[in-house]
Amino acid sequence: MVTQNLHNKENAQATEDAFSEIDDPDTFWSRAWRELRRRKLALIAVVILAVLYTIGILAPIVATHDYSETNLLKTQAPPDSENWLGTDRLGRDIFSRIVWGIQTTVIITVITILTSSVILGLFLGMFAGYFRGAADIVVTRVGEVVAVFPDFLLMLIIAATLRPRLKQFAYWVEDNTFISGIVSSGAIDFVVLGLAFLPLSWFGTMRLIRGQTLVIRDAPYVDAARATGVSTPMILARHALPNVISPLVVSISFGMGAIALGEVVASFFGIGVQPPRPSLGLMIGEVTARTGSAAVETLRNHPEQLLSPILVVWLMIFCWNILGDALNDILNPRAR
Amino acid sequence: MLIYVARRLLWAPVLLFIAGLFVFWLGSVAPGDPVELIAGQRADPEAIARIRERLGLNDPFLERYLRYVGDALRGDFGESYRYRGRDVIELLAPRLRVSLELNIASYIVVLAIGLPLGFWTAMRQGTWKDPTTVTLMLLLYASPVFFTAPFLILVFASWLDWVPVSGWSGLISFQTILPAITIGVPGSFVFMRYMRASTLDVMGQEYVRTAHAKGMGHMTVNRRHIARNALIPILTVLGFSLAGLFGGSLIVELIYGIPGVSRLALEAVFQRDYPVLMALTLLGATMLVVANLAVDILYTVVDPRIRLRA
Repeated sequence: MVTQNLHNKENAQATEDAFSEIDDPDTFWSRAWRELRRRKLALIAVVILAVLYTIGILAPIVATHDYSETNLLKTQAPPDSENWLGTDRLGRDIFSRIVWGIQTTVIITVITILTSSVILGLFLGMFAGYFRGAADIVVTRVGEVVAVFPDFLLMLIIAATLRPRLKQFAYWVEDNTFISGIVSSGAIDFVVLGLAFLPLSWFGTMRLIRGQTLVIRDAPYVDAARATGVSTPMILARHALPNVISPLVVSISFGMGAIALGEVVASFFGIGVQPPRPSLGLMIGEVTARTGSAAVETLRNHPEQLLSPILVVWLMIFCWNILGDALNDILNPRAR
Repeated sequence: MLIYVARRLLWAPVLLFIAGLFVFWLGSVAPGDPVELIAGQRADPEAIARIRERLGLNDPFLERYLRYVGDALRGDFGESYRYRGRDVIELLAPRLRVSLELNIASYIVVLAIGLPLGFWTAMRQGTWKDPTTVTLMLLLYASPVFFTAPFLILVFASWLDWVPVSGWSGLISFQTILPAITIGVPGSFVFMRYMRASTLDVMGQEYVRTAHAKGMGHMTVNRRHIARNALIPILTVLGFSLAGLFGGSLIVELIYGIPGVSRLALEAVFQRDYPVLMALTLLGATMLVVANLAVDILYTVVDPRIRLRA
């Protein structure tokens, strides 16, 4: 009964907000934020994610050592005041490597979400949903083809095939223009991973946005706008876009967790980020040597070497999912 | 409905044809000459030219693909580049069987945990038990295999010595338990969430209220009206979830030393053994398409309310 009342109150609130939204476009975010603050777990997740992403962005400041600096006099050392999480097999500082590894994850998740979810998912979804016809068929069919692949396998194949080609291209650019340092900067890894995740990540968002746009295009107010001569781009921007923001935000939140995991898996297999640049997946791959016996050995003798990168990955995926769940509840009242 | 099924049946091969084309194209733009892999780097140009001719690598791209598809339909997926003289299908078949067994075992765990737990949490909605269970399951769902697998091995194989550390001895054996749990328990979260939502949906239906009103026992209503109807939408998820499960088993196979497709697939990716990769992706894709099709047809059988429109 109590929940029922709460539910009604929230509905009333939602209706009220829906009306005030017309005058003040800011209420969408402020309402979401207000609701989010009421959920303790989701709020904790936001704080943790904010901390992790800040650490990633400020990696050069946060890290206490150079991530590739080896100290062969102090290998496999337990945590102490000098190396906060100990050192690895080559005497590199684990804490600094994790900090830089977080930066790798931050870059990958942001790049991939921007390109796949936001640009491809949003635009193709709105395009296919609004114009229907041939555009819709092509986009949906391409999505169906992509969806039949076992996803990790496809990611591995694309990453493995593209990297040498892109590297060749980067060398060519460096040789023939004044730009230099592309290969050594590790930028290629990010492009390769971004492209490898592309087929996996745009389709879900696209389908959501498309479904939402399909509903909107037949709504009376869109008919009215069309009748009064509002141009199509204007209708899409002013009427369709605000309506698809909610599903977009939710799918971004879930997508960030999935892509973070994808990068870790790819790097674990040695196909993602290449050394010397650290990545959480690479660190896990190094200490486990991709076999069970080595992983168990590490877990028994040097648990901090395996557990530190894993805990960060675990936290990140968990928090993005908690946040996604909460946002789904808040922004999508029908899902309740 | 018949028209719908017929259309799906006709579309499925086209889908697979295009999907195969994509991987075939990736294989042809990949750097590194497959002939070099076969003949070795110091082979004389004449030998290389001979092998190219024999493999038909000089033919136009589309012609090669069509020939590949023709052969594949007859069960011939070509010869591995890496393991010379070994047919791809001969390499794949035993490993594919093991991977399939592992996935079946994991699927049983997923359903056995996810469905009852989803139903149970829906029944407990409004109490602390529901959000706590959901959060705990989410925590397990987010747990990386890199940790859970070695951890389980350490506890159950090394310390307690209940099961052998690694290897595989068929679907029904003690060795199957750990890997199946490693994949199945985190995976069950997805089904728990769907089952919970679906149960909540059914619980609000009028026929449930009617059943209660006419004095039917709670257990009977739960079983006959709620659980049975809540399971229907779950069917649609069954097919799609196969894709995720297949990916997750790659890492688990590596860590548990299970002789499935995982190691072969990784080797093939690194060595650009495209015949193996082609066969692997095509077989995986076919399994997915067939599963989805079967689920769709099953759906109409189970739920007579659904009128599938073409």
